[in-house]
Amino acid sequence: MSAPPEDRRPPLTPALALRVAIVGSFALGLFAIIFFRLWFLQVLSGEQYVKAATVNRVRRIDVAAPRGDVLDASGTSLVDSVKTLEVQISPEDLPVPATLDKLDTLEHPPKADAVVYNRLANVLNLPTKRIRCGLHMQAPNVFRMSRIACDVAQQVTLQAYANVTVRSGSVVTRDMQFYLAERQRRFPGVQVQKVYVTHYPYKTLAAQVLGAVGPITSNEVEAKTYPGAAKTDIVGQTGLEAQYDSFLRGRDGYQQVQVNALNQPTGELGTHQPVRGHNLKLSLDTKLQRVGQQALAQSMSQNYSPGGSFVAMNPLTGAVYAMGSLPSYDPSVFTGNLSQSKYEQLTNPSDGYPLLNRATQSAGPTGSTFKPITSTAALQSGQWTTGDIYDDTGQFCVGTGGAQQCRHNAGNAVDGALNLTEALRVSSDDFFYNLGAKLNEDPYKHPAGGPLDQWARAYGIGRPTGVDLPAEAAGTLPTPAWRNSRNRLEADCDNATGSFRYTSPNGKATSAHRHKGWHRSHKHPAGWCGIADGTNRPWSIGDNESLAVGQGDVQATPLQLAVAYSALANGGTVVRPHFGVDVQDQDGTVLQTINPAPARHFSINPFYRSTILQGLNEAAQAAGGTSDDVMGTFPMKVYGKTGTAQYTNQPDYAWYACFVVDHTNNRPIVVVVHVEKGGFGDIAAAPVARQILSQWFFGTPGKYVAGTSKSL
Amino acid sequence: MSATPIQPADEATVPRVRMLPLLDPMLLLAAIGLLVCSLATLRGATSHAVPGHADFYVQRQALFGGVGLLIALILSRIDYSRMREFKYALFGIMVALNLIVYGMAPIQGARRWIPLPLLQFQSSEFGKVLLIVALAGFAVDRSRRIHEWRTTARIMLLAIIAALLVIPQPDLGTGMVYVAVGFSILFFAGSSFKQIAALVAIFVASIALVLAGAPAVGVHVLKPYQVQRLTAFLHPNGCTKSTPGVPDSCYQLQQAEIAIGSGQKTGRGNNATQTKLNFLPANDTDFVFAAVGETYGFVGAVVVLSLYALLIWRALRILTMSKNLFGTLIAAGILAMLMFQIFVNVGMTIGIMPITGVPLPLLSYGGSSVIVTFIAIGLLQSIYVQARMAAGGKPRTLIS
Repeated sequence: MSAPPEDRRPPLTPALALRVAIVGSFALGLFAIIFFRLWFLQVLSGEQYVKAATVNRVRRIDVAAPRGDVLDASGTSLVDSVKTLEVQISPEDLPVPATLDKLDTLEHPPKADAVVYNRLANVLNLPTKRIRCGLHMQAPNVFRMSRIACDVAQQVTLQAYANVTVRSGSVVTRDMQFYLAERQRRFPGVQVQKVYVTHYPYKTLAAQVLGAVGPITSNEVEAKTYPGAAKTDIVGQTGLEAQYDSFLRGRDGYQQVQVNALNQPTGELGTHQPVRGHNLKLSLDTKLQRVGQQALAQSMSQNYSPGGSFVAMNPLTGAVYAMGSLPSYDPSVFTGNLSQSKYEQLTNPSDGYPLLNRATQSAGPTGSTFKPITSTAALQSGQWTTGDIYDDTGQFCVGTGGAQQCRHNAGNAVDGALNLTEALRVSSDDFFYNLGAKLNEDPYKHPAGGPLDQWARAYGIGRPTGVDLPAEAAGTLPTPAWRNSRNRLEADCDNATGSFRYTSPNGKATSAHRHKGWHRSHKHPAGWCGIADGTNRPWSIGDNESLAVGQGDVQATPLQLAVAYSALANGGTVVRPHFGVDVQDQDGTVLQTINPAPARHFSINPFYRSTILQGLNEAAQAAGGTSDDVMGTFPMKVYGKTGTAQYTNQPDYAWYACFVVDHTNNRPIVVVVHVEKGGFGDIAAAPVARQILSQWFFGTPGKYVAGTSKSL
Repeated sequence: MSATPIQPADEATVPRVRMLPLLDPMLLLAAIGLLVCSLATLRGATSHAVPGHADFYVQRQALFGGVGLLIALILSRIDYSRMREFKYALFGIMVALNLIVYGMAPIQGARRWIPLPLLQFQSSEFGKVLLIVALAGFAVDRSRRIHEWRTTARIMLLAIIAALLVIPQPDLGTGMVYVAVGFSILFFAGSSFKQIAALVAIFVASIALVLAGAPAVGVHVLKPYQVQRLTAFLHPNGCTKSTPGVPDSCYQLQQAEIAIGSGQKTGRGNNATQTKLNFLPANDTDFVFAAVGETYGFVGAVVVLSLYALLIWRALRILTMSKNLFGTLIAAGILAMLMFQIFVNVGMTIGIMPITGVPLPLLSYGGSSVIVTFIAIGLLQSIYVQARMAAGGKPRTLIS
C-alpha cells in the first residue's frame, strides 16, 4: 500500500535539525541541573540527611525506675514500690492533642478523641455516659463529658506534662494489654505500661512523716525543685519522700526502638536499664509508732479532741523513734489520679486537715511545759536561787492601787510557800508569774527581751529545729521587738498604709503598690485587723509573765518542745532531730550515713539542772505531782511536765513533755504529746506518753492509765 | 507489512535483503537496563509490603516487564505507518477508555482504573500512546498547512480535550503529559516559532490564572491539595510542621529529600531505612527515584539518569531517521512523554519541580505504566526498523 502524498520521507531540513538541537540542549540542560542537585544533596550534604533519617526511625521509650524503699529501724519496709500494669493516655498523642494551650480540647473533647475514649471505655468496662466534670480553672468550670475525658481534662489542667492514668477500678489484665497493643492504630495515644506504684503497707501509719509521692507538676519543673527529674517523673511531694527525693528517686532508663512510618516498632536498638532508687533507713520504730497513734486516738476520742500529735526521740542524738499526727490519711490516694472530691476531703477543715503534720507544722502555746525553761532562765540569771521561797497565796499581782493587775492559779488553788522544785511539782502559776515579772527587762533597752527570751531562744523556741522534714513551722517567741513589728503591721492594716495600701480585686491580697484592678484599701478602727491581739499596746511586764507559763503569744511545735526537753535531759546539747539513719542500696550496703551534728550547745550549771530535773521528776512521780496519778506507777524514773494551754472561747489544749534517762540500757527517750482541745495535760496527754514509754521500755503499751489531775 | 512491493525471491541474495533489520540495540539496552534497576530497587522498597511474599512486587513488575518487552518486540515487527488510517478510531478508543473509568469504583478516591485480573488497567496511561499515534496522524494530514493557526489550534485542542478527560479522574500529571505530547508533535511537525512562542505564552498565562488569578476571584480550578503540591517546592521552609503518617506534600518532599540525601555517594543498601520503613511515601511508584537514591546513592542515581539519557538520545535519533513524517511525529510524541515524565518525576523527587503524580518510566511499579512505556519503545523500534529498511539496511542519520 502506498503512502498518501503528504507522508513522504521528511526532508532533512535544517529546520528539523534546529528543533532537534533545541530539544536536545533542553534535555542536556535539565540533566545537568539534576546532576548538580544530586551532587549537592548526596555528596555535599549527605551526612545531615543521614542524621535526619536516624531521627526519623529511632524512638526513645522511657522506662520508669522504681523508687527506693523507706525502711524502719528494724529494716521493715514502710514504703515500697509495686509493679503493676496501667492504662495511660498520652494527651499529646491523641488524634487531636489535648493541651492546655487549647482549652477547648479539654472542655469539649473533639470527636476524634471522644471516639478513642469510648473505645477504651468499652475495653476497660467503664461507663461512656457523660458526667458532670469539674476542671481546675476559673468559672465556668463544669462541663459534661465521659469519665475518661474528664480524667484527661482534669489531669492536663493539673499536670500538663504527665501521662494520664485511666482509673479502671479493676486490675488491668494482660489480655487487655495485648488487645490494646495489637490495635495501636485504633487507640492512638493509649498505652499500657508497666509502672511502679508507691505502696504504703501500713496505710495511715506515720503518713505525714513518710509523705506522699506524685507526678512532678509544671511549676516544679519550671522552678527546678527536683534537680535531675524528668518532666514525667514521680517525685516525693511531702514528708520524707520529698526530703530524701534525690536518694529515693531512681534514674529512669530508656529503650531505643526502630519504628516505621506508622510508629510501629520494627526492632530494638538498645536498652539503658533503669536504676532503682536507693533505700532510706529510718530510726522510726514501727511498733512504737503504732502504739503512739493508737494511744493518741484513744485519748482523742475520750476527750473529744479533733486532733493531736506526739513525738518520741532520742534526747542524745535527735533520732526520732516515732512521730504521729492525727487525723491521718492513706498516702496511696496520691499515687493515681487524685479526684477533686478526694482532694477536697483531704484539705477540708472539718476533716481536721489530715495532710498536716501537727508535730512539726502546728505551733501553739505550750502551757506549763514551758516552766523548765523559765526555771533555767531564773536560776542562770541569778534572779532566783534554788533555796528561794515564794509564798503562793492563790494570786499574783503587779502594780499598786487602781493599776494593780492580778493573776490566779487554776481553780484559784493556794499552794503556799514553794521553792522551785516544789513549784514545778505542783505547777504553781503564781510562782512562775513572779519569775516572769522578775526576769522582765526594760523593753526599750532590750528589744530582744530579757533572760527569759534569751533562754527560750537557746532552748530552740521560735526557731526551726532543722528536722529532716519539709515545711517545718518555726513557731513564735514573743519579744518586745516582735510585738512592735506586729503593732506596726496592725497600724498599717487599720490605717490602710504601708503594705496594706492597696487591696486585690478578690480582697485576699494587699500591696504597697497599685496593680491593675486593685483598689485603695479601706481604713478600719484600731485593732480591727486582729494582727496584734486587738490592741496596739507595747510590750509589758504581763507579756513576760504569760511567757513564763507558756501562755500568750508564744507558739511552739511538739517537736520544738521535744528538742528543748532533750537539751534539758542531755545537759545542754540542742540536738537536730532526724528520721534518716542511712541511705542503702538494694543489698543493704550503707552508702551514706545520716548523722546531723547538734544545732548548738548551751552550758547550764549542773546543780541548777539537777534542781529542775528534781522538780520534773516530782511532778511526774511524787505525791502532789501534776501527773503522779499517771506516771507514779511507772517502774522507771520519769521526768515529766504537764501543760494546759488556754485559748479564748475554746477548750484547753493538753500537753505532756517527759523524758527517761535510761542509764542501764542506754535507751533514753524524750516524749512530747499534744492533744488539741483535750483539756488538762494530765488527763489527755500524759496517758499517751505513758503508753509510749511502756512500749519503748517493756515492749507493751500496758494499761491506758487515765489521769485526773486538773492542774496546769 | 512492507511498503515495498513484493518481488520475486532470489534464493541466494534476497532473503538477506528482505530480512527485517534487528532492533536498535542501544534503545533495547536502555529499556532492559532500566527494568533491571527497577527490579533491584523494588526488591528493597517493597520487601515488607505484602507479608509473607517479600518478592511480590518484584515478581509482578518482572511479569509486566516481560509482557511489555514481548509487546515491544511484536510492535517492532509491524510497520507503524498503517496505524495512520486508524487515527480516528485510536482517538475514539482513547476517549472511550478514559470515560469508562468514571463508571468504575473509586480506589483511594480516584477513578482511574478498570479492574482486570493481574492488572489495574489505567486508561490514562494507555491513552498516552493512543493519543500520540492519533495526533501524529492528524498532524501529518495537515502537514501542508502546518503553518496555519487553525492547524495549531486544532491539534492543541484535541490534546487539551484528552487532557480534560483525564484531569478530573483525578490525574493532573497524565493530563499534562497529553498537552506536552500535543505541543511536541506541533513543534516537530514544523509549526512556526511565532506560534510556538504564542503557545508557550498562553501556557504560562493559564498557569498564572489557575494558580493565582482564579482563586483571587473565588474560582478554584484545582483542588487545594493540588495547588499545595504544585507550589510546595517553592517554599521548602514552610514545610516544617509536617507530622509523620500524614502524607501531605510537605511531608512527602521532606522525606524524599532525606531519603536521597542520606544515600550519600554509594547508598545505604539494606540500611535504607527511609525506604524500607515506609517513611518515604509511594516509595515504589511516584517516589521510586528517591528509593534509588537512598539505596544505591549518587552512583546508582547517575546510572539510572544515564540510562534515561540514552533513552532520550535514541528517541531523538530515531525521530530524525524516520522514513516518514508520521514516524517522526510519533517519535516526537513519545519523546515528549518520556522527557516530561523523567524530568518532572525526578525533579519533584529532588525538590526542584512541583509534585505531580507522574510515574518514572520503567522504574515506577505499575503494570499499565510499564506496558505503555514498552509499547512506546516498540513503536520507536518499529520506526527504527522501517527507517533502516527504507534506507536499504543502513540507518540514515541527520546528526551523526
